[in-house]
Amino acid sequence: MRVKKANAVQEPLFHLAKRSEIAVWKAWVIRLAVILLGFIVCGLAAFVLIEKLQDDPSKIVDFYKCFYKGAFSTSRKLWKFLKNMAILQCISLAVTPAFRMRFWNIGAEGQTLVSVLGCIAVAFYLGGTVPAGVLLVLMFVAAVLCGMIWALIPALFKARWNTNETLFTLMMNYVATFLVSYFLIVWVPSGSSTLGKLNYGKLPSFGHDYLVIILIALILTIGLYIYLKHSKHGYEISVVGESVRTAQYSGINVKKVIIRTMAVSGMLCGLSGFLIGAGLDQSVTTESVGGQGFTAIMVSWLAKFNPLVMLLTSGLISLLNSGAAQISQDLNVNGAFPDVITGIILFFIIGCEFFINYRIIFRKRSQSILNKEGVK
Amino acid sequence: MEKSIALSMRGITKRFGSVVANNHVDLDVYQGEILSILGENGCGKTTLMNMIAGIYFPDEGKIYKEGQEVVIRSPKDAFDLKIGMIHQHFKLVDLFTAAENIVLGVKQENAYNLKDVNNRVSEIAQKYGFHIDPRKKIYDMSVSEKQTVEIIKVLYRGADILILDEPTAVLTPQEIERLFNVLKRMKEDGKSIIIITHKLHEVLSVSDRVAILRKGEHIATVETKDATESSLTEMMVGKKITLNIDRSEPKNPQPRLFVKNLNCVDPEGIQVLKDVSFTANGGEILGIAGIAGSGQRELLEAIAGLQPLTGGEIIFHNPKKDQPVTFFHKSLNRVKELASQEAFHDEYGNPISFGGMNNKQIRGWVESGKVLFKEDEVMNLRDKTPLEIRELGVRLSFVPEDRLGMGLVGSMGITDNMMLRSYRKGPAGFVDRKKPRQLADEIIRELEVATPGVNTPVRRLSGGNVQKVLVGREIAFAPKVLMAAYPVRGLDINSSYTIYNLLNKQKEKGVAVIFVGEDLDVLLGLCDRILVINSGKITGLVDARTATKEEIGLMMTQTDTPAKEAVPCV
Repeated sequence: MRVKKANAVQEPLFHLAKRSEIAVWKAWVIRLAVILLGFIVCGLAAFVLIEKLQDDPSKIVDFYKCFYKGAFSTSRKLWKFLKNMAILQCISLAVTPAFRMRFWNIGAEGQTLVSVLGCIAVAFYLGGTVPAGVLLVLMFVAAVLCGMIWALIPALFKARWNTNETLFTLMMNYVATFLVSYFLIVWVPSGSSTLGKLNYGKLPSFGHDYLVIILIALILTIGLYIYLKHSKHGYEISVVGESVRTAQYSGINVKKVIIRTMAVSGMLCGLSGFLIGAGLDQSVTTESVGGQGFTAIMVSWLAKFNPLVMLLTSGLISLLNSGAAQISQDLNVNGAFPDVITGIILFFIIGCEFFINYRIIFRKRSQSILNKEGVK
Repeated sequence: MEKSIALSMRGITKRFGSVVANNHVDLDVYQGEILSILGENGCGKTTLMNMIAGIYFPDEGKIYKEGQEVVIRSPKDAFDLKIGMIHQHFKLVDLFTAAENIVLGVKQENAYNLKDVNNRVSEIAQKYGFHIDPRKKIYDMSVSEKQTVEIIKVLYRGADILILDEPTAVLTPQEIERLFNVLKRMKEDGKSIIIITHKLHEVLSVSDRVAILRKGEHIATVETKDATESSLTEMMVGKKITLNIDRSEPKNPQPRLFVKNLNCVDPEGIQVLKDVSFTANGGEILGIAGIAGSGQRELLEAIAGLQPLTGGEIIFHNPKKDQPVTFFHKSLNRVKELASQEAFHDEYGNPISFGGMNNKQIRGWVESGKVLFKEDEVMNLRDKTPLEIRELGVRLSFVPEDRLGMGLVGSMGITDNMMLRSYRKGPAGFVDRKKPRQLADEIIRELEVATPGVNTPVRRLSGGNVQKVLVGREIAFAPKVLMAAYPVRGLDINSSYTIYNLLNKQKEKGVAVIFVGEDLDVLLGLCDRILVINSGKITGLVDARTATKEEIGLMMTQTDTPAKEAVPCV
């Protein structure tokens, strides 16, 4: 009877309470600890999934070594790592202005892909007919314009009819992919739909092949940081992102800011597309961007939309990617395993934000005892 | 008393952070009675009821149903205990019929059969005298029909304690009459009914007992037959407390803002402002009293250019006669525009036109301080955006009710918040943080804002400090009209006095101050005149030095008395 009563009178087992504030250093300690925990869980997953490791548990060390090896073991790998990071950083920077405005643009993939297409189209049609320098400029303009238009379409609809930007930008990705497929069929009559490397419109390089791209990414990072932090536009973006009502109160034209910011986002995607098209591939496929437009969302988000912190997060993601590739090569596992690892780490990082923002309060034992005594 | 207790609460306390919404409330509900919960907005009525309905969980205290202690963790628990709540904002699926909404979420014992449900709904409706078509879709229904669906939904689940949150707020007088008849029938059927309200005449006409809440505390529960409007008002608003606010006599008040026949309809089609007219004078504090949500917010936002109007005018009167025009609040283009309208003369009274002068020459002339206004400036602010109002040179400051959601940016520091109104200044595309930084330091020093630093996000500051930052910024703008909505809400006594003093200083400077308040003691102690607003209509204008709390309280709550003639303004 007593037990039953105690059962009937019960606080919920736990409830969540929002933390008022957490010290910055504490939050970072939590984040670091969580990333470490994520790596440990990755190790466990590897142990379970990779037979080679089960035979010889000491090889688990090799598993972790792969992360280092994948990115830093040779200078070729290091350059490749930096190049991947630079491209990812550029696209991440591109999505950031919109995100700071709480405009959930998940169309960076499409915006970048269309830019690659635009810039390769210029090279395809005009290559050889105009001087190389002019061609490059035209490619650049085409890429930036394409990215901007692709971003402006959903922005205009949002500002005019308040359409859902997330769905809209997502759909635009598919349109971009099929547009590329279409042009590949037109351009490659053989039916293979694979456009060989063009001989025109190569971004000049000095030092190393990838150095220009890496420098551009760095300059862009600093530039965007200044734009967001110190320009009037950047200030307006922050206000609109925080509260549309505050923005209206202070006399900001919210629609104008939305459209302008998306144009900036699109142009940056255009620049990233130009770097991919003219700087690396000199060709276009439906996989030219390879999902980096989506990864960029994670990178930007994890960095709390701060361009400088984004260097860390894009580095971390690139490290994971190169490490994962190394693992599938060294330990001879199939191609899906790297995705598992990236997934686990991201899951932990995102999950930890919840614990930074909320506290879990368990039912106090002492109190339930008190309650029982009170009931009697 | 022969009636048995249906539900009782003992020592119920609920806190939201540092705010105590309910403080050790004891309350009994009898079987077969209508109990009114009466109190001003924000006194914890709805919070208390939400704890019975399973929306919130009390921090302390116990709830007993028919003498048995119970724990209500969720709305489902509440339904299991036969407690049902009809919320102020209906929770219905628009595309479903009445019957479909009613059965939604009910565990059926036998197969789902809409016909049975329809019959059962009609049965309940008949029993209590509702009029409803179970097959009608929600989107075709009037507000009153939707409410009926909500009530039947609760009855269908077998509730014998019904809580209605402000049920009459959206109804016409005839619909209210009908609702009350239904409630009386339910009472005769042995059900306990709790209605949350702040309308006195309704309380008196329908309920058996009244529980009065004030600032989260249960003041008293009285039999309705022993109560009068004034006795209830007194308990609701509390005894008069003497406040030591230094109130100076208004010096030479000049009409500054004329509001004429403002009408405003909210997005849901409800008229929130009805023919509101008044005049705000410079050198005076005009109080606006009323139950929260009577149209105060819309009124201030309309003046600030944030609320579209369906009718009326807002005329700003700028006492500029023979004053020099400056670029401080007017752009060059605006000055040129005014010149073309022959608005200026020189110190000898000769008209000025800038014909044939280039911008630099015009600038020089204006900056010499010898371009004077011929007449006071009169501007209609209706349908102007906040930016347009500012560009006209109207120095209108607004301290909105929602400090962090509208007046300030919570994630930004004090410096960045200072820029909110002025960041456009300066020629280049970059913001200048130097002056805002100085202003921030000044406000921190002079208003004694407790903050770790100028760049600490204002969200982290306490309510009082947030308000000091906001009011400080709006005053730094050197306003001619200063509007403040609930500027001391949630503030401790010292911070409140800081705000009163600031408002008084503005008044002495000749600013027209409009103060929307909820505490009648403060309104009576601070303001010069008090305008009473009730359901979007002005129901009175009183002299704050002679008016009484009861008088204002009645004007705030009575709906059947005709609006008093507004006192003509000087």
